[in-house]
Amino acid sequence: MMQVSEKIRHWFIAAAIAALLFWCAADIDWSTFRYFSWGSFKGTMSSLLHPDWSAFYTGSTEDIFSLMLMTIAIGFFGTSIGTILAVPFTLLSARNLWHNPVIPRIGKFVLDVLRAFPELVYAIIFIKVVGPGPFAGVLAIGIHQVGMMGKLFTEEMERMDETAVEACHAVGANGIQTMFYARIPQLMPIYASLALNHFEIAVRSASTLGLVGAGGIGATLIFAIQAARWPRVSIILLTVIVTVFLLDLLTSWIRKKLQ
Amino acid sequence: MKIKDTVHFQWYKTLFIVILLALCLFGSIYSTHADFEQLFSNIGQVNAFLRKLSHPDFKYLSRLISPMVKTLKMSALGTVIGVLLAVPFSFLATTVVTGNPVVTHIIRFLLNIIRTIPNMLLAALLVAIIGIGEATGVITIAIFTFGVTSQLIFESIETIDRAPLEASLAVGANRLKTAVWAVWPQIASSVFSYTFYAFELNVRASTVLGYVGAGGIGVKLNEALGLFKYERVSIIILFIFAVVVIVDTISEAIRRRLK
Repeated sequence: MMQVSEKIRHWFIAAAIAALLFWCAADIDWSTFRYFSWGSFKGTMSSLLHPDWSAFYTGSTEDIFSLMLMTIAIGFFGTSIGTILAVPFTLLSARNLWHNPVIPRIGKFVLDVLRAFPELVYAIIFIKVVGPGPFAGVLAIGIHQVGMMGKLFTEEMERMDETAVEACHAVGANGIQTMFYARIPQLMPIYASLALNHFEIAVRSASTLGLVGAGGIGATLIFAIQAARWPRVSIILLTVIVTVFLLDLLTSWIRKKLQ
Repeated sequence: MKIKDTVHFQWYKTLFIVILLALCLFGSIYSTHADFEQLFSNIGQVNAFLRKLSHPDFKYLSRLISPMVKTLKMSALGTVIGVLLAVPFSFLATTVVTGNPVVTHIIRFLLNIIRTIPNMLLAALLVAIIGIGEATGVITIAIFTFGVTSQLIFESIETIDRAPLEASLAVGANRLKTAVWAVWPQIASSVFSYTFYAFELNVRASTVLGYVGAGGIGVKLNEALGLFKYERVSIIILFIFAVVVIVDTISEAIRRRLK
């Protein structure tokens, strides 16, 4: 009896999900596919398979190699700003550093607000402040990362083992001394590993921020897409993918050594 | 930690890392043409922006409901399509069921590549290939979900309990039957919980999808940014934030019940 009712319940849930999806699908404008032709799709795909290798390195500062380096630089600088600025916010919003429960709550609220805005919006604001260019991308990534890393740093600080801190207090260390001799040695490897992970994320977003004019390889990509120069699109995408892949390998290797 | 691992005994190593990081930082500052003077002299722009941003245009909210519902529908559909595609590929990406390491390596390599493409570049590319519209948004979300969930699913397949697997092999089940009757029941609840996780990510990502014309609330955000109507930008971001929090709470509740 129990078995049967369980089965009926599963079928009922499956039917409800299917109905919900059908309702979702019915409302979406599928007209894009009406103008879709297999012929042009095949043409695009085959030219995407023939990357324009000559554009990769031409010796000028606008070739794909130097743009990719610039993108990595944006990611690195942005992550540096983010990591450095995240530290004071972490000190402000970690619950175990304050006797007063209000201050950490304020700190966390600020971090939540910083995280709520997508990088794209920050990029657009900073383009108005420093003009279009890589520095706007750096600031956008930096400010967004403050929110991201501040949250993760705070969580690690709150989760840390307090025995060493207590031991320091017991022998008469003050707040700053416990910070340097008990908290930092314990948290440093974790924070370094988080920062490395966010460096990779930053390079990934730096390659997209060019779409709004904040420097990096994104602008070149979007121009190539708009002009339908598929061999060029293909070499740019390939460069981004290989770079991110290599960075992923590198950062995970360093992170493994840190642990 | 031994005494020889402390800072005092390994200062040359620390110094080397600090110098390396400083060199990278200066290199990236130089190559991104950072101009802090300009940043501080134009900081008034940020103030003007913040002033507008802190006065959200609540009247505009009524016109945001239907694009938001559209975004949720697109995300739901894209998420389900992505997960449905991800499940068979995840089975191929482990040797648990197939017992074939060659297939596993090829599939994992492909999954890695898909995961490294930033989703905004993916959206831009698909808009160029397929055309502008909501359907393209659904496909982008599906591919993005596929990349994210396939890795999570194959990782959970690898950690299953092998006993039911042996039992089904012992009674002569073929590979498909083993997958359905011995592996799937063990991973089903994780797959559902990853689906909700991916849905959350997709609702968050909808802000950027609209930027390249892939439909939903992002189109409204793009419009408001283009017209410098920051009161509207503010309400759109608040609204997205609120919806993400609601989706987060609901999916958390469902995930807890699944366990």
